Amino acid sequence: MKMMLAILLTGILTENFVLAKFLGICPFLGVSKKLNTAVGMSAAVIFVMVLSTAVTYPINILLVKNDLEYLQTIVFILVIAALVQLVEIVLKKYIPALYNALGIYLPLITTNCAVLGVVLLNIENSYTFVQSVMNSLGAGLGFMLAMVMFAGVRERLESCDVPKFLQGLPITLIAASLVSVSFLGFSGIIEGIFG
Amino acid sequence: MAKKKGLLHEFTKGLVIENPVLRLVLGTCPTLAVSTSVESALGMGAAASIVLICSNIVISALKKVIPSKVRIPAYIVIIASFVTIVQMVVKAFAPQIDEQLGVYLPLIVVNCIILGRAEAFACKNSVIASAVDGMGMGVGFTAALLLMGAIREFFGTGAIAGMQILPESISPMLIFILPPGGFFVFGMLIACANKLADKKGLSKAELKGCEDCPMAGSCSIREEIENSQKAKKEDGKEAVNS
Repeated sequence: MKMMLAILLTGILTENFVLAKFLGICPFLGVSKKLNTAVGMSAAVIFVMVLSTAVTYPINILLVKNDLEYLQTIVFILVIAALVQLVEIVLKKYIPALYNALGIYLPLITTNCAVLGVVLLNIENSYTFVQSVMNSLGAGLGFMLAMVMFAGVRERLESCDVPKFLQGLPITLIAASLVSVSFLGFSGIIEGIFG
Repeated sequence: MAKKKGLLHEFTKGLVIENPVLRLVLGTCPTLAVSTSVESALGMGAAASIVLICSNIVISALKKVIPSKVRIPAYIVIIASFVTIVQMVVKAFAPQIDEQLGVYLPLIVVNCIILGRAEAFACKNSVIASAVDGMGMGVGFTAALLLMGAIREFFGTGAIAGMQILPESISPMLIFILPPGGFFVFGMLIACANKLADKKGLSKAELKGCEDCPMAGSCSIREEIENSQKAKKEDGKEAVNS
């Protein structure tokens, strides 16, 4: 249990996917302009991350059993792509309310490096099934935290007087750098809590 | 002669005017993640370039065979195959690079530059033009990575490509090789690129496409999203009217 909590908190705070591992930068910079789109996108990411981890875990066992580990990259990206399509169809048919909230973000997630990244990292760390799901949940929640915080920062940036040469993307990246500095402050906190 | 000039243009546009990193703002994840040193930047640049050139060639050769409805999954399979090959070669011959790049090596599959070029260029142009375009973009990507790697390594460790330049007595600014330094240096480089582009009368580097996602700038999903948003808006209007 302690271990699970440590994995979860590591994913959210110290090893934040966006701010420490640079995975999923595209949506982080692109969709974080407004708070509600940021929340919608990150909810969809959490959903797909956890689901694809749960699906790829048994597939990986099959691949390892048959000495086909080198197929991991191809198989996983295809599984994720198919899964996203499937989720989209199922949501559209049975839970239209959820589809309206997350639907437009789902197709974008197929080629989001954070999803493939978390699946590959789980295997690299040889996590068990529950640990893998926990890690994906932590990574997703960390993504959400970074997105929501950054959306707040950007909304304030809108009303700032920025030097002309920094306007637009450069100042956004520098703001991201400052948010990332604040996350450096969490380093060591997990070891501190769980010893 | 004109054709030759065209090919040269395909090559050089990737270097400066359409530099994938600094002008088109594609492939930001690997750019930020592996630019901590010149060595890993070079490894990443080379690996991504090889995948880009090979996938451009194959995709443009197969452009008449692949039905447009399933082109994105087909491109992903082609790209993933080349990434797997590169992964095996790197593991066998340069295990040190493999260690430095870690999970970012297989993640070349989802690098927006590669899928972006497939969608924007290779699926419409001849094999040779696509190969040259891939080379130009690959070299442009590698050059931008190297520039960033050199800056971050110099300020962060006082060395470039492992060679100590600053005397040991000056303590390096470690923050440059930590994640915040990546964002900061990238932001500054984009600002410089914008300034130069402004002087030449070119447009600023900007995230574009649906909700500003650079990936979507070249992906087919954009239209669907725009349509669904339009449909939603119209639905809303109808609801108000009724």
